[in-house]
Amino acid sequence: MNHPESAPLLEVDRLGLDLLVGGVHRSVLRDVSFSVAQGEAVGLVGESGSGKSMTVRAIDRLLPAGARQRGSIRFDGKDVVSLSGAALRSYRAEVAVVFQDPRVHINPVRRVGDFMTEVLRTNRSVRRRDAGARAVEMLAKVGIPDGERRLDQYPHELSGGLLQRVMIASTLLTAPRLLLADEPTTALDVTTQAEIMGLLDELRSDLGLSILFITHDLDLAAAVCDRTAVMYAGEIVEVRESRLLHDDPLHPYTAALGAARPLLDRTARLVAVPGRPLSALEAPTDGCAFAGRCPYVEPTCTSAAPVLVPADGGAARCVRVEALRGTLGGVPHA
Amino acid sequence: MRIGYLLRRVAMLAVTLLVASFVIFAATYVAPGNPLAALSGGKSLSPEAQTALERRYHLDEPFLAQYWHWLSGAVRGDLGVSIPLHEDVSTLIADRAWITLSLVLYAAVIIVILGIGLGLLAGLRPGWIDSSVLVISSMAAAVPAFVAAIVLIAVFAVSLGWFPTIGTGDGFLGHLEHLTLPAVALALSSVAVVARVTRTAIREEVAREHVQTAISRGIPQHLVVTRHVLRNAAIPITTVTGVTIASLIAISSVVETSFGLNGLGQYLVKSAQGKDIAVVQGISLVLVVAFVLVNLVVDTMYAVLDPRVELGARAA
Amino acid sequence: MSAVAAPVAGTRPVRGRRRTGLGATGWVSAAVVGLATLVAVVGPLVAPHDPNQADLVQAWIGPGGDHLVGLDVQGRDVLSRILAGARSSMLGPLLIVVICMLVGSLLGLVSAWRGGMVDAGVSAGLDILFAFPGVLLAALTAAVFGAGLWAAVLAMAVAYTPFVARLLRGAMLKERNQPYITALEVQGLGATAICLRHVLPNVFPFMVAQGSILFGYAVLDLAVISYLGIGVQPPDPDWGVMISENQSGILLGYPLPALCAGACIVAVVVAMNLLGERLLERAGKDGGR
Repeated sequence: MNHPESAPLLEVDRLGLDLLVGGVHRSVLRDVSFSVAQGEAVGLVGESGSGKSMTVRAIDRLLPAGARQRGSIRFDGKDVVSLSGAALRSYRAEVAVVFQDPRVHINPVRRVGDFMTEVLRTNRSVRRRDAGARAVEMLAKVGIPDGERRLDQYPHELSGGLLQRVMIASTLLTAPRLLLADEPTTALDVTTQAEIMGLLDELRSDLGLSILFITHDLDLAAAVCDRTAVMYAGEIVEVRESRLLHDDPLHPYTAALGAARPLLDRTARLVAVPGRPLSALEAPTDGCAFAGRCPYVEPTCTSAAPVLVPADGGAARCVRVEALRGTLGGVPHA
Repeated sequence: MRIGYLLRRVAMLAVTLLVASFVIFAATYVAPGNPLAALSGGKSLSPEAQTALERRYHLDEPFLAQYWHWLSGAVRGDLGVSIPLHEDVSTLIADRAWITLSLVLYAAVIIVILGIGLGLLAGLRPGWIDSSVLVISSMAAAVPAFVAAIVLIAVFAVSLGWFPTIGTGDGFLGHLEHLTLPAVALALSSVAVVARVTRTAIREEVAREHVQTAISRGIPQHLVVTRHVLRNAAIPITTVTGVTIASLIAISSVVETSFGLNGLGQYLVKSAQGKDIAVVQGISLVLVVAFVLVNLVVDTMYAVLDPRVELGARAA
Repeated sequence: MSAVAAPVAGTRPVRGRRRTGLGATGWVSAAVVGLATLVAVVGPLVAPHDPNQADLVQAWIGPGGDHLVGLDVQGRDVLSRILAGARSSMLGPLLIVVICMLVGSLLGLVSAWRGGMVDAGVSAGLDILFAFPGVLLAALTAAVFGAGLWAAVLAMAVAYTPFVARLLRGAMLKERNQPYITALEVQGLGATAICLRHVLPNVFPFMVAQGSILFGYAVLDLAVISYLGIGVQPPDPDWGVMISENQSGILLGYPLPALCAGACIVAVVVAMNLLGERLLERAGKDGGR
């Protein structure tokens, strides 16, 4: 088959990951599968420790030493895991990462201009002045009009929101095809959050960028993403069209996440999901990882690990998905 | 801006030197005993001779006037006269300063090359290189300069006969040969300290998020190391190396004594024992000035290396 | 209790995993330090010979007979001089640490508590003091008061005080910003009472740890000063003095007396350092929890 338009750009298939923790390999990701098509925005939602950031690091090949990986990651049909050297570097230029906290993810002792143009100058042999001109152009595109001046400044002289725009602009300079946005707004205040989200959405429609958007906020994901995958304890528990997740969730955890969303202030989250979130490291080997916190738990839930069951155009990892269908959307706000 | 930071440092340096010079002068002024007693060799002087000598050395004037005489002289390079030796303190110091200066410089070169070099090696090459540098530096850091000196003399000068034991030699190569063991003794524990700090700085920087960003952007490995890891680790490394080298200025007296080198430090100690107040004052002032100046250089380098300098005080 | 007092939870360090023992290194270090202390107390009494009885004919005689480690430059028993020398070599540093800890904690406490101008003033004063290297201060005091143990102790105490004051200011500032201190202030407890009953006891483990590291450096620096000839004066036995007296032996091929004294110094310094590091780990690196 040869359908370049319909074949997914990024395809993660049964990704598993073990990390070295205190000298022992512990499983942090199990059976993670999803895909991102050209121009599509996909959300990856979960609490901290659910494995969503590790998924991003696996995709960008930024895993810590001693990590063991299973399954496959394919970008544009090519196997990512086997890349090395120049091929890996050019792959990384096509898959750009927008990190959570620009304050620590941009070298504080180098000028903004130096940061932005570094890849162009070192990997693409663009001359400093030309690279600078392109950087100014790109800054204008992300809503920073006085780019010339900004290039001469140091990161600590810029606000967090500005710096995140700088980070986004710098990723665009290499004309990437996929943007991995790892909680790009978490470190910012609420107004700036909205601006950055708007910017990402705009870039996606203007440039046809694919975006994998990582967040802990179900509704934030729904605002920009076509489809969203919900992760819990190192597994994807539900993949659906984003707009369906809040009102008609299939998995009890998705329902709880939707209900947990505070109405006024996103920075101070209510803990409406009862119990302590299980980190990916603590997940049981048999039975559903969410069983301990699930209000709909049954004996069958703890006897065998549930698999992703196709349902409603998506899939959910719950043995009771048929029984619970249609009953989860009405979970009241806590 | 950074210029403001440096101007403040220079102003503080001036105040420090002023207060330090006052303390040095006052400390020796309150010393019990008449400074003229050393001159007369214990014999009692005639009142006329006493008065004449007091006038000559400004001893008849009030304390602040004496301080002013001394300080204004010091600024012009005149540190007074050694009463027991009848010689200009400045001349006495100038004759010996070059030994201390060459010793400290030699040791500084050793520290920079070996200390930073080993630290970089250990920081960038985990495994057996790292472990051996760690073990050796932990042991070397515990060896004080005077123990290092006697061990080096016993092994390399006496048993093996590779190096001369005493004196300063002639010509550049002669100096180099004679000053090698002293410089190594002086540098040894500092090399260890600098190596460890360098290693830690590299390790911390490698783990920083911005390095991950650079890798994720496809910057080649060697550029990530030089432009991000080394560039940023240079800030703590320079600071610690500079401060360590500054501390050598005082410790050189120990090595000078061990190797019988006629430098400033050894002369300070001798003069203190002999209560030659003018010389003690003069050398103290010179050493404090040198110490403070090296620290100013460190501050300047820090300001050059770190654009965030206004945000906080010096890292070390 | 009232709601205000609730944050007091966590005042005392949790007795959990962090409260593990000293570890093997820690215990060996403690043993070395204990032995050195014991020798400092009883050393002169158990010395097999008079540490000052010289016999030039017997100079540089090696170990043997009733002289376990041999005889020194003047034919004195090396072991006896090591044992007797422990007193000044250990007592001097103890005095230094006690003095600079008292003065340093007072300065640190006052600057941390008062802040503002007082803090700035103390800091500026300490900065100036930092410009005087210890050896230089020792030379100055020796020139003023005459060379001797007391002058050296005074000089080193002055040289160490800015370090101690700065360290403790940091630790106490951290403690002062704890919510429970505010709670106590709200309850109307006076500053002195809070400092004495709450801040100091909480910072105390940190002070002990820093004190033992400092003690190691003091042993070394005092030995250096005696070695230079501006500390303990020969013929009094002292480890630093012994190295300087017997240095000529190295050139003559009799390094043992000087090396013995050097080994004692290095052993105590390293042990004190390791012990201090362990204590520091237990106290929490920066003085707080």
